[in-house]
Amino acid sequence: MHAEIKVADASRRASFARFASMREAGLIVIILALCIAMSLASPHFLTWGNFRAMLMSFSIEGIVVVGMTILLIVGGIDLSVGSVVCFSMVVSGALFLAGLDPWTASLIGIAVSALIGAVMGFFVTVVGLNHFITSLAAMVIVRGLCLVITKGTPLSLFTLPPEFKAIGQGNLQGVPYVIIIFVVVVAIFDFLLRRATAFRKVFYTGSNEKAAQFSGIKTNQVKFWVTVLCATLSGFAGVIYMARFGAATPTFGAGMELNVIAAAVIGGASLKGGSGTIFGAILGMALLSVVTSSLILLDISVYWQDMIKGCILLAAVSADHFLHRKKS
Amino acid sequence: MSDAPVLQIRSLSKAFGPVHALSGVQFELRRGEVHALCGENGAGKSTLMNMIGGILQPDEGDILIDGKPVTIASPAAAQKIGIALVHQEIALCQDATVAENICMAAINARRAPLMNFQQVHADAEKAMNRLAPIAVRTKVADLSISSQQLVEIAKALTLDCKVLILDEPTAALTETEAQRLFAIVRGLKQRGISVIYISHRMAEIFSLCDRVTVFRDGRYVATEAIEATSPNDVVRKMVGREITQLYPDKLPADAKPGRALLSVSGLSDGTRFANVDLELRTGEILGIGGLIGAGRSEIAQTICGLRPATAGSVVLDGKNLAIRSYADAVRAGLVYLSEDRKRSGVFLDLSIAANVSALDLGKLTGRFGLLDRRAEADQATSLARQLGVRMSGIDAAVSTLSGGNQQKVAIAKQLSVAPKVIIMDEPTRGIDVGAKVEIHRLLRDLANRGVGIIVISSELPELIGLCDRVAVVREGRIAGVLGTGQLNEETIIMLASGVQPNAVYEGQAQNVA
Repeated sequence: MHAEIKVADASRRASFARFASMREAGLIVIILALCIAMSLASPHFLTWGNFRAMLMSFSIEGIVVVGMTILLIVGGIDLSVGSVVCFSMVVSGALFLAGLDPWTASLIGIAVSALIGAVMGFFVTVVGLNHFITSLAAMVIVRGLCLVITKGTPLSLFTLPPEFKAIGQGNLQGVPYVIIIFVVVVAIFDFLLRRATAFRKVFYTGSNEKAAQFSGIKTNQVKFWVTVLCATLSGFAGVIYMARFGAATPTFGAGMELNVIAAAVIGGASLKGGSGTIFGAILGMALLSVVTSSLILLDISVYWQDMIKGCILLAAVSADHFLHRKKS
Repeated sequence: MSDAPVLQIRSLSKAFGPVHALSGVQFELRRGEVHALCGENGAGKSTLMNMIGGILQPDEGDILIDGKPVTIASPAAAQKIGIALVHQEIALCQDATVAENICMAAINARRAPLMNFQQVHADAEKAMNRLAPIAVRTKVADLSISSQQLVEIAKALTLDCKVLILDEPTAALTETEAQRLFAIVRGLKQRGISVIYISHRMAEIFSLCDRVTVFRDGRYVATEAIEATSPNDVVRKMVGREITQLYPDKLPADAKPGRALLSVSGLSDGTRFANVDLELRTGEILGIGGLIGAGRSEIAQTICGLRPATAGSVVLDGKNLAIRSYADAVRAGLVYLSEDRKRSGVFLDLSIAANVSALDLGKLTGRFGLLDRRAEADQATSLARQLGVRMSGIDAAVSTLSGGNQQKVAIAKQLSVAPKVIIMDEPTRGIDVGAKVEIHRLLRDLANRGVGIIVISSELPELIGLCDRVAVVREGRIAGVLGTGQLNEETIIMLASGVQPNAVYEGQAQNVA
């Protein structure tokens, strides 16, 4: 009896130790600490309104983070996500203005985004370029395409039917659809990444591509499809942005890639590939969002935001580096 | 000149975590002598050399240079004292030219803001031409392994050193290149430079060296003058017991040969090897020997579909295999264990369980394409137990294991698909003696249970001690197949280096039976 309690105690301690050693645990603690500090500093912080605003602010971008994290795990990177988000908006918007119904237009917008991913995947796997250069080129090319399609002026889409706009603007009993979609996407991909066989191959490929090949895994196929997945999720996010804003601006999403990569890396994804979780990346995004919101509530000039975000990124990655070095 | 030895090591110890790589060893190098250092892999030779070369720091003990104790804090410090180290593994900048590599130290020390390429090329040419006519403007990546090894040696010779350490310098060299190296070593000796010569090849040691020191399991065993000892004596000191105890029992000589499990005929890849015939029978362990770069790994990888073949056939267990990819080979029951464990064998940051299941995820996939984690854990636990992997749990990352245990995880991965034939490339490289014995036992057990085992090895004692038959590869061709009665170091070296062109072809007689 006594021994049994000890065993249970030990296993509880072991699972606590495992939790505490997780990257996510550290982030949760930091975010909670920030929230507590902020709720003392500002009466507006701990309100549903503020939380909803924070969630809204990173929900759509969070869908892009999901794709980026999986791509980072396979050892890739995609600098074109901001351009692809915009491209999807612009293509769907232009097709809608040309008379197509918004749902079909959106599906086409997502499909062309996937196609961009496939082209990048082709250059990475068949031609043999690396992800960084390929997606850097795609970022510029796709942005250029957005400008070509719109001739540089924003598309006004206020004629979008209300049931389509509802995706971006409506809510279900007070919870915006945007947040619901975000939570569903995150839950699905977090689960798949932990449990699905296909996604296990992503970890093998990113951790040691040579060893993965020597285990019979077709690593080029894995890299190709993950590249397509990331672009497709970016396209999906673009369509939701369109529904939310009722407009498609050809410069939208510039710089988004940096925010998204920062969130994934703060959440534990490694640029060398092989590690990262969706949950962690979303926490990274949440941390950046809480900081932004705090700065606003504390009346600190918005001009400080980028600088502080950059410092957080540096601090998070350094902390992780030292923790890992101590272990080995 | 003082009488003190150039280099003296006193009761030096070094531990890596719980593993004692060296415990209280001694070593003495006189001025102008060539001193052989012998010992099996894991005996601590490389650890000692890395400490003399400033790469590792000793836990205890002294290093004396010309009788004075010194601390060698870094490779740069070692160079300053006059110690040059030629590593066994090639450590050159692949994208730089031969000249830039040879003159690296001089370029690094140079104060002028611009490079003087004329001088760099002239100096490099001078150093290089003493060894081999390699154009110094060539990129290192474009050279063969043996040429790269020569560049590495030339690089060390440009340093104004008094102690030169050569760690298995001839492993990748041809006979002529090796002879030229020996002539240079003798010349250095005449100039008063001392050489530490690490090698497994008794013939070289006995023709080149003045004294020999033997290490075993991280301990000093003995130092003898070459005239006062014999190759057999050195080997006995290295191994510390009769060789037969080190390896599991082989198939009895009168055993009936098993049926053919894997037959390869006329296999060519158009570049590295041609017309390769091999046969593996049930119950036996077939060795593949030969010099590094002879094409051993390429042959194995082609059999398994990891590289494309241009001609030839592979018959596995009576069925003709049309292998287009490694996944096909795995499905047919043919698996390959890579020689480079860290680079292509295991996933260091993934868990033991994830490593074991990498070869066949389909088997562990349940409904909706989801991984059955219980099945994965069960498989990893039972294989890890069967192979005696020492670990904290199957969730631990492979990077936390010792080399021997990492290798066991890699083997567990191969066993997870219940293969008919396993081809192991250097299965015990960089593994300590104890784990080595365990892995050899394991391979023999598998062979006894009917799994076909092919072992590629650069270690002659391993080929001789473990394998029932050994096929020797020379320059992409099978130079000969040796049976149990014919397995000895001289015959294998002769076949591998081509000294004796017409090999005894034992295989043919038995093939008929």
